[in-house]
Amino acid sequence: MSDKEPLFSKKNLKLLSDPLNSSNPITVQVLGICSALAVTAQLKPAIVMSISVIAVLALSNVIISLLRNTIPNRIRIIVQLVVIAALVILVDQVLKAFVYDVSKQLSVFVGLIITNCILMGRLEAFALGNRPWQSFLDGIGNGAGYSVILIIVAFFRELLGSGSLLGFRIIPESWYIANGGFYSNNGMMILPPMALITVGIIIWVQRYRNRNLIEN
Amino acid sequence: MENLINIFVKSIFLENMVFAYFLGMCSYLAVSKKVSTAAGLGIAVIFVLGITLPVDYLLENYVLKEGALAWLSPSLASVDLSFLSFIMFIAVIASMVQLVEMVVEKFAPVLYNQLGIFLPLIAVNCAILGGSLFMQQKQFVNLGEASVYGIGSGVGWFLAIIGIAAIREKIEYSKIPAPLRGLGITFIVTGLMGLAFMGFMGIKL
Repeated sequence: MSDKEPLFSKKNLKLLSDPLNSSNPITVQVLGICSALAVTAQLKPAIVMSISVIAVLALSNVIISLLRNTIPNRIRIIVQLVVIAALVILVDQVLKAFVYDVSKQLSVFVGLIITNCILMGRLEAFALGNRPWQSFLDGIGNGAGYSVILIIVAFFRELLGSGSLLGFRIIPESWYIANGGFYSNNGMMILPPMALITVGIIIWVQRYRNRNLIEN
Repeated sequence: MENLINIFVKSIFLENMVFAYFLGMCSYLAVSKKVSTAAGLGIAVIFVLGITLPVDYLLENYVLKEGALAWLSPSLASVDLSFLSFIMFIAVIASMVQLVEMVVEKFAPVLYNQLGIFLPLIAVNCAILGGSLFMQQKQFVNLGEASVYGIGSGVGWFLAIIGIAAIREKIEYSKIPAPLRGLGITFIVTGLMGLAFMGFMGIKL
């Protein structure tokens, strides 16, 4: 890659767009599922979590990419962990300072970004062998791919499970059985297992539309 | 004693690492194609959780917590290092995994060969760090409770991965819609297993 290459060349844009669909970190690369599901019972924590992951992923990709020629191969995992952990501590402190209630809701899952496989996976697979700007785009792209799934799952779980979105009521109060209507929330959507089933269904839809992802 | 059994049962069934918190899902999905390898990884996880949790407990209570350094000198009683806990825990886990790997290689070469590459991989298994962070949140009163919680969570993870591996071995022979094959059906089966595990809800000893 020459230095003359424009910042948003076709190749670079592909780094951004591929993870959104055909190489989505969650549904195709199977990375980072641990933290993806636990925070999706409501939309708000899912969005906060997405932003945190995008920030940590993009920054750690850039830092590792800048250091890639100076890190001895044998200790690279420790170096990566230290960089990630430092960034996660920063994010955790920022969340505690500005959105305390959401940070309480996310509880241990902010800390668990450290062991989120997307981070290690992208650092190993991409940042160690590419220039900082490409790594930055790769980080943003993969973070966005992760966020898309998170937000879709949270959208359905909050809408069907609590009848609201971002805390605003969507299903009118008068529809509920308690108020003489016909509707009641599907309480099962809030339970953890339904997150897994929702992701399973998303994978089903995605692979139905994109046939070359199907496994034998 | 009753308390310890309660924590043990609760951490296996009610607060199962996989079904209730989705921790360690990456290796859970990647290494569950055969029962024998799944069992190897499961045992390694029990092992590492059982060792790192007590160590992290000591670290938390004698170094990191607010006022934990008071045993060194009274002037340190107001020091709060808890913001360092992520980085300390992950360092402890990485070094413990390394240590366990060396000990197992020396004293149980058969087990070492069975576990193979899984041991080093455990360092980035979210179940391990998750265990430590939950331990920090639950504020156990003594070392025994923390260790029992660690072993219990490990056993819960072990049960989950053995279960899914056995189901996946059988599922090979079923007719599944093509787009759902592989990852999709594994997610849905895990969800159903999670629902089944929720049947234990409310158990108290």
